[in-house]
Amino acid sequence: MSTSYRNIIRDGLWTNNTGLVQLLGLCPLLAVTGTLVNGLGLGLATTATLAASNTTVSLVRKLVRPEVRIPVFVLIIASIVTIIELSMNAFFHDLYKVLGIFIPLIVTNCVIIGRAEAFASRQPVGKALVDGLAIGIGFTLLLVVLGALREIIGHGTLFAQAHMMFGEAARDWTLHLTGNYHGMLLAVLPPGAFLGLGLLIALKNHIDRRMEQRAAQAPAVSPHPETA
Amino acid sequence: MVLRQITVSALMLFLFAAVGAGLVALTWDRTAHRIADNERMALLRSINEVLPKDQYDNDVFHDVIEVRDPELLGTPDPVPVYRARRNGWPVAAILTPVAPDGYNGNIRLLVAVRVDGTLAGVRVISHHETPGLGDAVEVERSDWIKGFRGKSLGNPPEKHWKVKRDGGDFDQFTGATITPRAVVKAVRKALLYYRMHGDELFEQSPEPDHEHELQKHHP
Repeated sequence: MSTSYRNIIRDGLWTNNTGLVQLLGLCPLLAVTGTLVNGLGLGLATTATLAASNTTVSLVRKLVRPEVRIPVFVLIIASIVTIIELSMNAFFHDLYKVLGIFIPLIVTNCVIIGRAEAFASRQPVGKALVDGLAIGIGFTLLLVVLGALREIIGHGTLFAQAHMMFGEAARDWTLHLTGNYHGMLLAVLPPGAFLGLGLLIALKNHIDRRMEQRAAQAPAVSPHPETA
Repeated sequence: MVLRQITVSALMLFLFAAVGAGLVALTWDRTAHRIADNERMALLRSINEVLPKDQYDNDVFHDVIEVRDPELLGTPDPVPVYRARRNGWPVAAILTPVAPDGYNGNIRLLVAVRVDGTLAGVRVISHHETPGLGDAVEVERSDWIKGFRGKSLGNPPEKHWKVKRDGGDFDQFTGATITPRAVVKAVRKALLYYRMHGDELFEQSPEPDHEHELQKHHP
């Protein structure tokens, strides 16, 4: 596995996107993507946790004996999530009230222990941190797209409740896409999340295939034929 | 040799558990006071939302008693009742009942009842309802909860104190009936409690326990 910073970032955002390729972290992913703003909230909270846990795991990686590494990672992640939750409740109470329900959900996200085990426990701190951020942002983008999709189809709006995250100025951001739309319940309910995720995975595979075909058709143009 | 490895591993695990628990305990210790403050401020803000400040002149936050009624207030524990007065006369009682049958457990409510038995307003203090569905009971997310203002046990008639799906007068949400059903039921029961005990509520003296810890918020 090549681990240049460029590859780490590309892996996290696209090639190895946790939601679209590895299908990890589905529980929070499917549970909270009812609206764009909810998706963004969970995504940001997850990204912060991933960055902190990857860094910590990488720092202690030489100390931990392999046979107890998983319980140690679990301890580290649980402590970090609890500390983040308490601190947010104390110092960013309004934001906590918005994201509060997502924070305990982060613990259920196996992406975090997955990255600790597969990456951070074998890599230096800088790369572990970048990996955490890249994976987190890739996850956030997926949550935002899926949230937007379900919000448009389910409620006919976009950016509803944005003021809870961006302040009072964002109260008018809500876009009503059609005049008299009564919503489609299926998109709001969990099956809608599965269908939406399935369509997004299909879209990603389609794009990948198109890019592969293009690279195969014009090998002479490509300066790095081996990257296809 | 094996024993040695096991011991080292166990010690290491213990060490990480101790450090992790220690850091959480430290954070809790540093934040507990602020969190309690934040929650009290949020509660006070909610009270002032349903009952504008110019309608009462007492220190409502200290004028509190605790009452118990598992059947009508939804919890076996005592719940605080804040009392708003003007020139010494009762204006409204602010009950904090629990709706025990939410989709994900308890929903804590703030129900402000004027002395004439009409609702000054209802707010949700805390809940664990599904994000995007049941959480529309929060005033930040939809105006549904504001619909209780001005309602009373006679308006609508008591048998219409249900969500529309059950033949009542109150809207449910797209994809979520259980949450509004639980809230409507808890508000109706709180009104029943007020009808039975309303006069007594204003007679008792405030709980001394709350005095010292709430002093900081004396306006």
